Amino acid sequence: MTKVSMTVNGRPVALELEDRTLLADALRDALGLTGTHVGCDTSQCGCCTVHLDGRPVKSCTMLAAQADGRAVVTIEGLAGSEGPTGGDALHPVQQAFTECHALQCGFCTPGMIMAAAGLLAENPAPTEDEIVHALEGNLCRCTGYVNIVSAVKRAAGLMRG
Amino acid sequence: MPLAGGMTLVPALKLRLARPSHVVDIARLPELQGIEAGGGRVTVGAATTHAEVARSEAVRRAIPALAALAEGIGDPQVRNRGTLGGSVANNDPVADYPAAVLALDAAIETNRRTIPAAEFFVGMFATALAPGEIVLRVAFAVPHRAAYRKFAHPASGYAMAGVFVAEHRDGPRVAVTGAGPAVFRWREAEAALSSAFRAEALAGLEPDASGLNADIHASAEYRANLAGVMARRAAAAIE
Ligand SMILES: Cc1cc2nc3c(=O)[nH]c(=O)nc-3n(C[C@H](O)[C@H](O)[C@H](O)COP(=O)(O)OP(=O)(O)OC[C@H]3O[C@@H](n4cnc5c(N)ncnc54)[C@H](O)[C@@H]3O)c2cc1C
Ligand code: FES
Ligand code: FES
Repeated sequence: MTKVSMTVNGRPVALELEDRTLLADALRDALGLTGTHVGCDTSQCGCCTVHLDGRPVKSCTMLAAQADGRAVVTIEGLAGSEGPTGGDALHPVQQAFTECHALQCGFCTPGMIMAAAGLLAENPAPTEDEIVHALEGNLCRCTGYVNIVSAVKRAAGLMRG
Repeated sequence: MPLAGGMTLVPALKLRLARPSHVVDIARLPELQGIEAGGGRVTVGAATTHAEVARSEAVRRAIPALAALAEGIGDPQVRNRGTLGGSVANNDPVADYPAAVLALDAAIETNRRTIPAAEFFVGMFATALAPGEIVLRVAFAVPHRAAYRKFAHPASGYAMAGVFVAEHRDGPRVAVTGAGPAVFRWREAEAALSSAFRAEALAGLEPDASGLNADIHASAEYRANLAGVMARRAAAAIE
């Protein structure tokens, strides 16, 4: 067993986990944060994307032990914490995904939103090419990506105010 | 077994392709951090992520081709975790960094010695590293000019052929990844570029297809042709 201490969505947590536990499984099974999806489990689809110290990573391709001492933010922690009005307000990327109908089944959506929020934190006014490049690690089997790219553009506008 | 970014090792653990008794996370060791430029070299700590290399002002100023190569690896999530040391230690025949290491005449510093690039990559997934030997940093020679072009597999993003072309004080160096069982220097292209450093000098040239990789994605002849095209594109970008 391994002891892992980290911050998850701003809250300190201390877990005792089997050594081989993946970060995705620790979040979903130990902490009940099932918004982080596991689509492929082979590092391809990006459904499991969370922020580690502010940057998007694939939580299915990390041992939970590698997150020891780090800050993790999942889709559950995005609203409010970074939203424009705080409280329960949706994060601008979440709001833009709703307004632009950037999802169908929604399975890829948490990962897409975390990847897009990671891009906008670094680059507040991305071009279409930069958006596509930033979403290369995320697969969507439903939408054809067009509305997802529109939503990221709209979110950039919302965040610039 | 050392674990750095885990972008290769964690998938290998899941598939039971690697079954180490112990895994030691080396990613936060202070000896493996940092980027320094000076004395005609850019030295990058082994635990530096691909994203950090891509963003680094020092790398972008001294060797923009190296920053661009790092920015083209995998996807953002992979670049935020995967490291230079992990990539060179793994020596995947389709990885990008090994081409830069050879073409930029790099020196690989370990906890035991300094290994010149020419002696480091010894075969498919094989390096000169002894068991337990850790890469601390890689020192790249700053070229006059350099460019890297890869033809990425449309699904995986890995190089079907990637060519790093660099012009140094003592002449050009051309390294090819993705096409053979391991990265190699393409001497014929180097000779052609030393007579004239222009894409035209490479017209009609391609590496010998015998010994190149053939699989469901491409034949050896197709990869040889791609290597010729990527070399010309790289040279054209900086001529
Ligand atoms: C979806 C996906 C796409 C990718 N696309 C590309 C691509 O387009 N191009 C490309 O080049 N790569 C690609 N990669 C591979 C990626 O670049 C890896 O990050 C890299 O190959 C390994 O680095 P790591 O830090 O993750 O190493 P790890 O997975 O942690 O380790 C890999 C191996 O190296 C050893 N090791 C690690 N660090 C050291 C060290 N300092 N000294 C000695 N041994 C060490 C480990 O023991 C292990 O055997 C991709 C990976 C994924 C998952
Ligand atoms: S579940 Fe992690 S990348 Fe698909
Ligand atoms: S909305 Fe169904 S996978 Fe993207």
